[in-house]
Amino acid sequence: MAEEQFVIEAQGLTQIFTPKGLPKVTALDHIDMHVRRGELTALVGPDGAGKTTLMRLITGLMAPTAGELTTVGLPVRGHEQAVQDQLSYMPQKFGLYEDLTVQENMNLYADLHGVPAAVRHQRFSHLLAMMGLERFTGRLAGRLSGGMKQKLGLACTLVRSPALLLLDEPTVGVDPLSRRELWSILQQLVREEHLSVFVSTAYMDEAALCQQVYVLNQGRMLAHGTPAELTAQARGLCYRVTPPAGSATRVLQCALLDDPAVTDAVPVGGEVHFLSKTPDGEVSLLRQWHLVPRPAKERLEDAFMLLLHADQRAQGKETQPAEAAQPVEEIHPSEQAPVDIEVKNLVKRFGDFTAVAHTSFQVHKGEVFGLLGPNGAGKTTTFRMLCGLLPATGGQLRVAGVDLRTARTQARANIGYVAQKFSLYEKLTVYENLHFFGGIYGLPPQRLEERIEAVLEEFQLTDRRDQPAASLPGGYKQRLSMAAALIHEPRILFLDEPTSGIDPLARRSFWQQITRLAARGTTIIITTHFMDEAEYCDRMMIQDHGQLLVLGRPAEIRQRMQMPQADMNDIFIAIVEQSRGEGASA
Amino acid sequence: MKGLSAFGRRLVALTRKEFAQLLRDNSSLLMGVVLPLVLIFIIGYGMSLDVDRVPTAVVLAEDSPTTRSAASFTVGSRYFEPVYVHSLAEAETLMRQHTVNVIVHFPTDFSERLARGEGQIQVLLNGEEATTAMSAQSYVQAAVLTWAASQGAARAGLGQASVVSRAWFNDANTSSWFFVPGILMLVLTISGVFLTAMVMAREWERGTFESLFVTPVRILEVILAKVIPYFTVAMVGMLLCLVAGRLCYDLPMRGSLGLILGESMLYLVIALSLGLVISAITKNQYLACQVALLVSFLPTVMLSGFLFDLHSEPLVIQVISRFLPTTYYLELMKSLFLAGNYWPLILENTAILLGYALCFIWLAFFLTRKKVG
Repeated sequence: MAEEQFVIEAQGLTQIFTPKGLPKVTALDHIDMHVRRGELTALVGPDGAGKTTLMRLITGLMAPTAGELTTVGLPVRGHEQAVQDQLSYMPQKFGLYEDLTVQENMNLYADLHGVPAAVRHQRFSHLLAMMGLERFTGRLAGRLSGGMKQKLGLACTLVRSPALLLLDEPTVGVDPLSRRELWSILQQLVREEHLSVFVSTAYMDEAALCQQVYVLNQGRMLAHGTPAELTAQARGLCYRVTPPAGSATRVLQCALLDDPAVTDAVPVGGEVHFLSKTPDGEVSLLRQWHLVPRPAKERLEDAFMLLLHADQRAQGKETQPAEAAQPVEEIHPSEQAPVDIEVKNLVKRFGDFTAVAHTSFQVHKGEVFGLLGPNGAGKTTTFRMLCGLLPATGGQLRVAGVDLRTARTQARANIGYVAQKFSLYEKLTVYENLHFFGGIYGLPPQRLEERIEAVLEEFQLTDRRDQPAASLPGGYKQRLSMAAALIHEPRILFLDEPTSGIDPLARRSFWQQITRLAARGTTIIITTHFMDEAEYCDRMMIQDHGQLLVLGRPAEIRQRMQMPQADMNDIFIAIVEQSRGEGASA
Repeated sequence: MKGLSAFGRRLVALTRKEFAQLLRDNSSLLMGVVLPLVLIFIIGYGMSLDVDRVPTAVVLAEDSPTTRSAASFTVGSRYFEPVYVHSLAEAETLMRQHTVNVIVHFPTDFSERLARGEGQIQVLLNGEEATTAMSAQSYVQAAVLTWAASQGAARAGLGQASVVSRAWFNDANTSSWFFVPGILMLVLTISGVFLTAMVMAREWERGTFESLFVTPVRILEVILAKVIPYFTVAMVGMLLCLVAGRLCYDLPMRGSLGLILGESMLYLVIALSLGLVISAITKNQYLACQVALLVSFLPTVMLSGFLFDLHSEPLVIQVISRFLPTTYYLELMKSLFLAGNYWPLILENTAILLGYALCFIWLAFFLTRKKVG
């Protein structure tokens, strides 16, 4: 049988959802694609781009509204079962049975795929060795770490060699080390078994490891090609500039983002990496600051940001730099500033499980302090204890000068809190939400009205004040939750994973807002599983498995690790490997 | 042949997985096996509608042999705990102190009026305890009527024939007999509808179906593998109840055991399919639980004749109850346990239940598809 050249072929593929009582959503808009056999192909796009929908269409778990789709040589419509017989698919939640052991999960999938007992033994030991799970075959899947779950999920899809392997965002919230391991396994599979793999991801560094990349945004396929082809679009436009001594990287980055000559700017390795609109890198702002940019190597992410901006312009939705963007005042959050949060020897146990082990740190007024770590590291637990939502098992906690164990209510009056799932009342309008939150903080009526107007202005929500919260796009919902958390002008703002689930452009404007708030003296504590967001923080700590791995300024940490200009993913991996090395030698 | 063996192999694998999950998740076993036993003991012993040792004040305003003879039913009876007083005022004080719940008042002119055939006994009840009061009233009436009959004064105008009939069955604690068939029904409903709806919804919610569906597995295998373990659990729960009912309450089984089990299995199939339908629609554990409560549990308890005798309900309720499969199953069970094999009823209700079963099975398969989103 002649094998087809393509494992996925789509033409004019369209998916439209009509949720009850809400406007239609075009999840996929006339997608054309040809995914080649025996290659590693990436589907990149921000959250909400339509990646999962596309995956489900390819597997036949969803029927498209219109268009042609062929998977492994079979038209999906009408041949769903035949397609599903040949595919392996790992959905975002890994699809594991948490109350079954590693071995039982693998047996189940081997039985379902009809893997003969004779080959099974060899295949299993090969897979277990590859995933590093040999020692855990008897453990319940629910008790594995995020990275191990992800590898078990992958092992279950590989109990037999599928005609096409589909992975839907396999690395979301997984620690950088496990991510790197997973990708080396994928590359090995493609190299040695000539597997066809189609994987969706929001991480550009992962897409760069693939042979082909498809870029999806808001249901539209923006571009495709090899990583080199795509990256070439940003050639000659990338520059790096070092911020003046003593100034936070984010201040310069924030200013650059507002400059009309700049497409995009991010803090990287203690510098600001920016995309100039013109090849000469001529930015008047930098001249004012007496800074000289130097040309930098373009990255896939730069090309991706160019594509996103071009797409926004094409849709007529280019976000103008806010007129309200007042230049950020230089302030130097320093160790001399008063201490707003003091944590000594903090411990949290759930039964015999230690979620947070002996953690101590201080946060000073006006600092941006980051809690970083993969899912399950103990970030959210630490965070909840700081906000007084969870009692600590042991240790001392002082927030805004108040002991949390004795005066929780008093401490809360000084805190603004943005939860991971924005706690908004979806049926209430923007104004009503703000009015409610102001009310529960006990603002007097006139003061409340003033504050509502002030935050509406600050977060550019004025023209949406009468829209119900449910109808706001993700980025706006996030702004509204920030506005609600700031309505009583708290000294300290807590943000739990505020940037997960929003697109890169909204993330940029979110960090600009944070930069401005910090400049006005608000202390900010933020958790994130995006390691690169550490660059925005004055200081940060990295946690893993409840342990505090490292604490300090990004530059200090880089220096300590002797990895100048390295990005935070590499630093995380180096730190984990170092601490494991110490553990082994001890 | 090869297709069949692949089907068998996948079904075994899925069923094994389902049993493993069931055994590791205590809550399903608690709901399926322990809850029925708790129910049968609580309802059997604690919720009996019959009354025992009701504190009763007997007012003998006229202390004559006639009144003493008339009041003799309270002596040594297991239903009454009598206190004898001589004036209504004393009795009222006792009632107000909640020392007694019933006053049986033989007025001063009782023997005189009785001789004229107009004998009257006043019964005062504590209305706060309505159920106890009603039962006590019927006991008093029945007892007095029996006495009157023995006195050849049956036309004394006491009581009503309809009440008497209830007293005839009172040679034993009938309400637990009345409840056991209902508890069997409850057990089957809980295991069938609730557990099935919850475990299916859990797979939708946790996204495990998404990866399970993209394998050679067929929807029939997925459904059968869910049904088999919970069918087993429900039958175990039901058998436990049957044994407990037999041992603790001397539950009579006047019909055949085979029919009781057969009809129960038929009803269980209906319950399981309803659970599948609910989970296929809601795909969410919380919602599935709420819907299951609303469409199965509450009507089962309230409208099927389990708690309240349907004949005494308003017409609307009677009509509604006729749409519930539980009503037919309960009728069958009561008849099989307490009356015997009454074929016209068995055939008619079995046919109706079969109809429901086919309907829900079709609906379950129609709604459960290998699709997500």
